[in-house]
Amino acid sequence: MKYDCIVIGGGVVGAAVLDRLAAYNLKVLLLEKEDDVASFTTRANSGIVHAGYDCEPGTLKARFNVRGNELIWRDARELNVPHLKCGSIVVARKEQLEKLRELQDRAVVNGVETRILDRDQTLKIEPNVADEIEYSLYAPSAGIVSPYQLAIAYADRAILKGGEILLEAEVKAVSRKNGTYFVETSKGVFESAIVVNCAGAYGARVNDMAGAEHFETVYRRGDYFVLDNTERKNVNTVIFPLPTAAGKGILVAPTADGNVIYGPTAVDSANPDDTATTPDSLDVLRKNVPLSYKRPAFNKCIRVYGGLRTLIGHDFVVGESKVLDNFFMAIGICSPGLTSAPAIAEYIEALIVERTKATVKQSGIVAPPRRKRLAEISEDELDALIAKDSAWGRIVCRCEKVTEAEIVEAIYSPLPATTVDAVKRRTRAGMGRCQGGFCGPKVMEIIARELGIPLDQVRKGGGATIARYAVKEVE
Amino acid sequence: MNTICIMCPMGCPLTIEESDGNIVVTGNTCKRGEAYGKDEYSHPKRAVTSLVKMKDGGVASVKTSQSVPKERIFDVVRFIGSVTADSGVRIGDVIARDVLGLGVDIIVTGRK
Amino acid sequence: MRNMDFDVAVIGGGPAGMAAALAARKQGATVVILERDSRLGGILNQCIHQGFGLHYFGEEMTGPEYADRFRKMVEKEDIAVMLESMALALGEDKTVTALSPSLGLCKIKARSVVLAMGCRERTAGAIALAGSRPAGIYTAGMAQKICNIDGYLVGKDVVILGSGDIGLIMARRMTTEGANVKLVLELAPYSSGLKRNIVQCLDDYGIPLKYSHTVTRVEGYPRLTGLYYAPVGEDKKPILSEERFISCDTLLLSVGLIPENDLLNGLGVNISPVTQGAVVDENRMTSMEGVFSCGNVLHVHDLVDNVSQEAEIAGAAAARYALDGGVCKGDFVNVVARDGVRYALPQRISRGEGKLRLFFRVGDVYKNCRLIVQSGENTLVSKKFMVLAPGEMGSADIDISLVDGDVVVRLEK
Repeated sequence: MKYDCIVIGGGVVGAAVLDRLAAYNLKVLLLEKEDDVASFTTRANSGIVHAGYDCEPGTLKARFNVRGNELIWRDARELNVPHLKCGSIVVARKEQLEKLRELQDRAVVNGVETRILDRDQTLKIEPNVADEIEYSLYAPSAGIVSPYQLAIAYADRAILKGGEILLEAEVKAVSRKNGTYFVETSKGVFESAIVVNCAGAYGARVNDMAGAEHFETVYRRGDYFVLDNTERKNVNTVIFPLPTAAGKGILVAPTADGNVIYGPTAVDSANPDDTATTPDSLDVLRKNVPLSYKRPAFNKCIRVYGGLRTLIGHDFVVGESKVLDNFFMAIGICSPGLTSAPAIAEYIEALIVERTKATVKQSGIVAPPRRKRLAEISEDELDALIAKDSAWGRIVCRCEKVTEAEIVEAIYSPLPATTVDAVKRRTRAGMGRCQGGFCGPKVMEIIARELGIPLDQVRKGGGATIARYAVKEVE
Repeated sequence: MNTICIMCPMGCPLTIEESDGNIVVTGNTCKRGEAYGKDEYSHPKRAVTSLVKMKDGGVASVKTSQSVPKERIFDVVRFIGSVTADSGVRIGDVIARDVLGLGVDIIVTGRK
Repeated sequence: MRNMDFDVAVIGGGPAGMAAALAARKQGATVVILERDSRLGGILNQCIHQGFGLHYFGEEMTGPEYADRFRKMVEKEDIAVMLESMALALGEDKTVTALSPSLGLCKIKARSVVLAMGCRERTAGAIALAGSRPAGIYTAGMAQKICNIDGYLVGKDVVILGSGDIGLIMARRMTTEGANVKLVLELAPYSSGLKRNIVQCLDDYGIPLKYSHTVTRVEGYPRLTGLYYAPVGEDKKPILSEERFISCDTLLLSVGLIPENDLLNGLGVNISPVTQGAVVDENRMTSMEGVFSCGNVLHVHDLVDNVSQEAEIAGAAAARYALDGGVCKGDFVNVVARDGVRYALPQRISRGEGKLRLFFRVGDVYKNCRLIVQSGENTLVSKKFMVLAPGEMGSADIDISLVDGDVVVRLEK
């Protein structure tokens, strides 16, 4: 199969790039090794839309963060992705005021609006900061977005515009002959004039396969607690401590889906697959969260998870390879990668459009079909929906109030959700306090029914099944 | 021997001793406990619950009509595995009689 | 939007809901049961083991049989049953908003409401289980559903964390259906399940149970390949120098049940921090007038027979409240648990005549102890127990006429 452009990696960056390129008269394909987009780094992202005050001025991070902050709100709105521009505060004790001022100086250079607040002003915005907090740096343009839903929405819209996505297609080799790239995957070889490396944790590896620049990578794992949605009322903004060399520090933040998270830690590792949380790292959170937030509720935890930031040097690597032409890279995308994703995609789009002289298609696609949540539907509208399809009246996930209709819709979305995890990311079924204990088997049943497969072939995600052996048939 | 009575959720601690050819149970608080203690001393028995496959797919839950010797539990389970129930079975239906010569029947207790 | 009107709305059609509805109907009230599932019975439908009904029906039954017995009684009565129907909200005026695939959105105006939603299991997330997040880690109840209802095992080499009854029952179920249950770990120095289940679910099959042990982290992706476990010290923290590895493809969690009172969020109903259910009086009425609670949504029971009896109290009182306005006699005293007693229920009772059964749970294993129930100068109960354990709910009958101020329920060595 021959393409004009192949994007490697279906995280939020790859999906955003595909979404933009699919608007042109280009045959574009995204290759993803997992069974869904947003399955690795993006899924474990904090979901913070950063204001951009703390990036070193002049870096790609600073540039894409500030531009990304402008674009991401528009994209989230257009794509109906849960988001909230709730602002952020960096909290400081009395003796740390000078550090806050330094941060504000950076904000000025980066062109980001911030204000230094005293304790009373801070409490008005965030009543639950720790008692020792005397000042904060408030950034009104910061906020939150659902990282996986953003990536999924980009992917869905890209498909509607004519882009293609191939899942479970792990790239094994990249070679080039007569100006054409041959991308060898677990699902066959694909040819393309242009390759965009958005392979996240595997970005440097894909570079090596293709013979592009070699980069050393550091993987910095961060562990998080996810709190029950009953905690949401206690947190208004994203609460940061002062940043350190290791990163932006351990934050307390609402999520766009209505929970609260505490995290991440920062543990360096040489292994790109190392996302297992550790007891030590979780203890670091237990110890540090109370330093900035006075209502820690670890007993309201519904989930712990770990995610990776992939670091290449001190900045993003975005642009065309200097040794391979038509080989573009968006790698080393650590924080503020989510915020930057739309801006990185915009930049890559411009480079490729200039190279190919591609013209815009007249597709008219603005957004994928709106994914409705039960809570957003008026009573009359709901009755009309149920009259047409009774599945709108059947709650499957009781914690998050997800109906069977929403699950079926996810299974038939442009990028079909075929696993329990993929359904969860799209609908929230299983993301609540029972963590799928009740709805898991029901979701499995619906997937089995819609895909026409037996229950023991329904997968959780990552390729593993849940119902494994018919009773009395364990080998 | 000492054991815990499993006849009901009270879980009385039983002491079972043999004297002059008689089995004597102490610690029980009811007659069922005494009978259980005697059985447990001489030939322990257990009721078996399991699942039987149905002709149209799916499973129905089943039980033995009485307890079976403890060492035969897996034989009974294997037997249940060899049976396929009609898709029309209902709670209370007997799907096999005098299983393995043990004098117990297999009774349907529930289905999806 | 469909409007309905009932004297009593029962939320939940498991054992508590069915018994409450029957008792309310018996008093002459019009009754509706809201049930999420496509049939009545609740979790009983997946509890295919025996041990139900000995007290209530005088015969040993399996869960589905016990549920079926009640289901048939409900069907015989003039009780409205809404299946596949989920209560979305409870209003301050006791209006229940429910969603149903056949009826759409419904507003049920009820004069009294019985909460009978049951409980949910604590999850790997709730205990902040460290490690990877693979397939193969489930609550025991979810594995039970996939086994007993759907006919599949979730794995073949199994470790169980927690010795709650569902975990013990699943150890035996998985074993008899062909899996290898390698180990059961319990954080506490005692079991949180019934003694008989240790005997007939673990000892019978030679499954080892390690007390004062916990899982420290899990390994493997996309499927569980093993886990580390360690003994815990007095502080319940794992002693990592003694950590050991065991390979397995399944970890079942039986680490506690939590009353599912989400419907009460925002209503300001008094919730006990100990039971995590509502604070109730002898009629099982909550602090919200006309709202009653029973079964596992009130406090987690070991025996369904007790659930049925408790639900009958709540159901009958809900009907009386709906029909003639008042059930509470007022003049309340508090029931206070102390000295080893974790909680006693009901948490408040009104003075008057007659007998009342108090239920209680202890916080540790106590041998050769005495349960004392005292009110003012009067000793209402002094009862000797050879052993009391947290996994087993106890009861004591009191004479209400002797109540003279707060009732204290405590243990004496």
